[in-house]
Amino acid sequence: MTVSYFNEMYDGGAVRDLYAALEGWTRSMPAELRQMKQAEAEDLFRRIGITFAVYGEGGDPDRLIPFDMLPRVFSQTEWRRLERGIKQRARALNAFLVDVYGRGEIIRAGRIPAHLVYGNEAYEKAVTGFMPPKGVYSHVVGIDLVRTGPEDFFVLEDNCRTPSGVSYMLENREIMMRMFPALFRENRIEPVEAYPELLRRTLASVAPARCDGEPTVVILTPGHFNSAYYEHSFLADLMGVELVEGPDLFVESGLVWMRTTEGPKRVDVIYRRIDDAFLDPLCFRPESMLGVPGLMDVYRAGGVAICSAPGAGVADDKAVYTYVPEMIRFYLGEEPILQNVPTWQCARPDDRGHVLDNLGDLVVKEVHGSGGYGMLVGPKSTKAQIAAFADQIRENPGNYIAQPTLALSTCPSFVAEGVAPRHVDLRPYCLVGEKIELVPGGLTRVALTEGSLVVNSSQGGGVKDTWVLAE
Amino acid sequence: MKLSVSHHTTYRYDSPIRVAVQSLRITPSVFDGQSILDWEIAVEGGQKGAGFRDGAGDWIESWSLRGPADHVTVTVNGTVETTDLSGLLRGHREAVNPGVYLRDTPATRADAALSALARAVEATEPLARAHALSAAVADAIAYRPGATEAHTTAAEALALGEGVCQDHAHALIGAARVLGLPARYASGYLFASEDGSPHEAAHAWAEIRIEGLGWVGFDPANRCCPDDRYVRVGSGYDAHDAAPIRGIARGLGVERLEVTVAVQQAQQ
Amino acid sequence: MLSRTADNLFWIGRYMERAETSARLLEVGARIALLPSTGHGYRNEWDSLLQASGTAAGFAKKYGDPVQRNIESYLFFDRDNPSSVASCLERARENGRIVRTALTAQVWDALNTAFQQLRQLEREERSTVETGRLTEWTMRHAAQVRGAIDTTLLRNDGYDFLGLGYRLERADNTARLIDVKYYVLLPRADYVGTGLDSYQWTTLLRALSAHRAFHWAYGGEITPAKVAHFLIFNRQCPRSLLTSIAGAAAHLDHLATAYERVTPAQDAAESLRDEVAGLTVEQVFDEGMHEFLTRFIRQIDRIGAVVHETYLSGETR
Repeated sequence: MTVSYFNEMYDGGAVRDLYAALEGWTRSMPAELRQMKQAEAEDLFRRIGITFAVYGEGGDPDRLIPFDMLPRVFSQTEWRRLERGIKQRARALNAFLVDVYGRGEIIRAGRIPAHLVYGNEAYEKAVTGFMPPKGVYSHVVGIDLVRTGPEDFFVLEDNCRTPSGVSYMLENREIMMRMFPALFRENRIEPVEAYPELLRRTLASVAPARCDGEPTVVILTPGHFNSAYYEHSFLADLMGVELVEGPDLFVESGLVWMRTTEGPKRVDVIYRRIDDAFLDPLCFRPESMLGVPGLMDVYRAGGVAICSAPGAGVADDKAVYTYVPEMIRFYLGEEPILQNVPTWQCARPDDRGHVLDNLGDLVVKEVHGSGGYGMLVGPKSTKAQIAAFADQIRENPGNYIAQPTLALSTCPSFVAEGVAPRHVDLRPYCLVGEKIELVPGGLTRVALTEGSLVVNSSQGGGVKDTWVLAE
Repeated sequence: MKLSVSHHTTYRYDSPIRVAVQSLRITPSVFDGQSILDWEIAVEGGQKGAGFRDGAGDWIESWSLRGPADHVTVTVNGTVETTDLSGLLRGHREAVNPGVYLRDTPATRADAALSALARAVEATEPLARAHALSAAVADAIAYRPGATEAHTTAAEALALGEGVCQDHAHALIGAARVLGLPARYASGYLFASEDGSPHEAAHAWAEIRIEGLGWVGFDPANRCCPDDRYVRVGSGYDAHDAAPIRGIARGLGVERLEVTVAVQQAQQ
Repeated sequence: MLSRTADNLFWIGRYMERAETSARLLEVGARIALLPSTGHGYRNEWDSLLQASGTAAGFAKKYGDPVQRNIESYLFFDRDNPSSVASCLERARENGRIVRTALTAQVWDALNTAFQQLRQLEREERSTVETGRLTEWTMRHAAQVRGAIDTTLLRNDGYDFLGLGYRLERADNTARLIDVKYYVLLPRADYVGTGLDSYQWTTLLRALSAHRAFHWAYGGEITPAKVAHFLIFNRQCPRSLLTSIAGAAAHLDHLATAYERVTPAQDAAESLRDEVAGLTVEQVFDEGMHEFLTRFIRQIDRIGAVVHETYLSGETR
């Protein structure tokens, strides 16, 4: 089967206007200069310490995520539509979370099955009936998008808990500006550097009502062994807030405090980069050493804000994902601007039959999986792999969903032989607090292996700078 | 009935702890069959922290204690006025959707034997089914203190054929969920009357959601539904989730637990 | 500042200083080994170095006899030796990574570059790496880190915790180095005044990069009294005990001002500083150099413990 892919740079043989300048730049760059610049970029990444450890794989903990110097470009018109669609989705997801921890209107209305929500592992009984400050559960919504045509964008998945990768968005830009200042003089590229300040403001805006004065915001990290530690410390630095680990915090007299050299200091907002299960050993996993004992009690009593709010994970489950367009209609009374990828639920017998009959053409994912693990890419798999996966689906159908193999768009990328098209996706980061905000850009991930559709950094994916051109 | 409760829990450590934090779900529920006349919680040397009513309607209060300390003592004293509602939890305010209580936990998960026990029940009308399930559990697990321990699962207790109120409750919850009935663990106190009923004053039973009636309590250990001898305190998926005291102490000491509970009919 | 951050900064200072000391020890050993005949071979000197760095037991367990090549590996590369240059640099860099936000890009760059180069150095064929090069390499990177700290870091509490770590470690290390010379290398009085004696003093001064400074300050013949004065009391000597402890006290003083609170840590450092400042070389010799140094090292330990309790443990209310 031959599939044609939308190439974001070339329209047939012609270069799309958007990419005209870059095409010239690419063509005029001698191979030696390119290699030199590539080495320089790598050296910069390594020196600032932005490295990536693949979870559980061992190996070099200081491995770099490959950086592709050829940027991806969006026009102002394209971006405005994406922005509207992303904000719409972020609003609906938050409305859904408030609803399911409250009266559950969408379920009463029969628009989403009750068991998908109440039977969901990510649904936290401990926060039912609780309204977080400003009614926001997910403060940073990362929405993974793919493109299949000039006008065709699909949402691959929503990340309502703690989407990572935003440091790459910022560093990719920083490094491009350092290495190729001329490009930025010649093209009018919307800046993304406001992100950390917007994030800080977003977090401060959801401080609990009890907090008077300027709220103290902290980032809670699982620690420096975590693969995303660099990002945690990078954001803390740019936001000017403390980066804390569980043992740095303690609970007393109904408030959360951090241990400082001058004695305890009160904390109002916790931007946590650890999972619900590890937040509080008294409430969740008793063996967790990462969390803060008693934290959930303070949270529930309104003494501290936790971002994202515990329980937010029920909205970004891959089975719940199917119903996001329904949420947009139900809560906002609007039609979805961004489309969902058609999804089959293996839990449904009809869908399952279809999936098992067409495994060779489908992508199958675990409902709770992430990072590109535990998935089957039908067209890229052997018969044996497909057969083995079919057994897994039959054994535990509720654990899987399937989607058609999308014809992911390609962007030109620097590869060993020169410039070649490679498949990409996009993750913009939407901030939800008192206001909903989005910086013009995101993280473009690129599958650097020829023909590959898997862009995850844990599976050999790289990153590139993402430009939104000013009008 | 007017019942007075006195409940002392002491954790002793062989070497001093640095700090302790506790989350206490140990205040009687408020519903038509029960009202609090007075109730006092104290943690010796501790500081009272956050307090709130959770989605399941339980009052939670947290306490912290700065070390060094070689023991932590939680003292509860109070009086509750109870009415016999035949197990109905009428007038109890809660926000958790009953569908949540269809979820399994390791302690309540039904194995083949427990599923079989549940499916063998012949009654079809929901309330009758629940009563039959409760009776079946009581028949299958004989009351014998010491036969099981805190981490024994429903399936294990059933295989053993012996257990205490916690095992009865877990087994009934697991069985009810097999039949698609939301079920949960309820913890509280029981006034052991003079007629010689042997069971512990700190007690636990199961609640099953019956369409049209709401939550109804079933106590297989005593082959009855909670009446005015029962004081309901809190609920959860299982004993761990409903635990009256959850605490953590930082230190190297080995912990030893001492508990005394007394429930008496208060003087009129 | 977070107590844990202060703790990490404090230990960056300590590890960087300790890395330098291990490199200096290597230098001392290599120089002494160059001496044609000391009457009892070089083995004892190498052994005494291990004694001085407090790593003799660990070495014996791993390698047995002190052979120069093994000692070099042990003092420089060996991760099993917590005081080796490699261990210290790695831990300093790891601490830096944890508190990346409390450092400037330049300080992090210096720490990280040292670590990345160390990894390259470790891949080189050992026989091609001269001891002198290892020592110089360490000094250069240590200087780069210190330079970056001095020129780019905000003079806030973090700077004081870093500085405090450096000064306390330096006070401890200088005391240990003097002790090597005085107690371990030359325990027998009949060597005093021999050529060997003077060679060892010179070597010690070299190890502290203080050889030329000493001559500028004192001139003439090297005598034990002059060296002792230089290394213990001279405020011009950057590594003397008095300079180090006074520096530590100054950092603690800044902290007390910044936090508007005087704690037992200030008292402990000031009283040791005043005690040392009030002594004379004669009094030290009367007490016994080794006894004096042992007591000093113990007091430095105690200050470290008080600093930990007061600022770094997070238990202060």
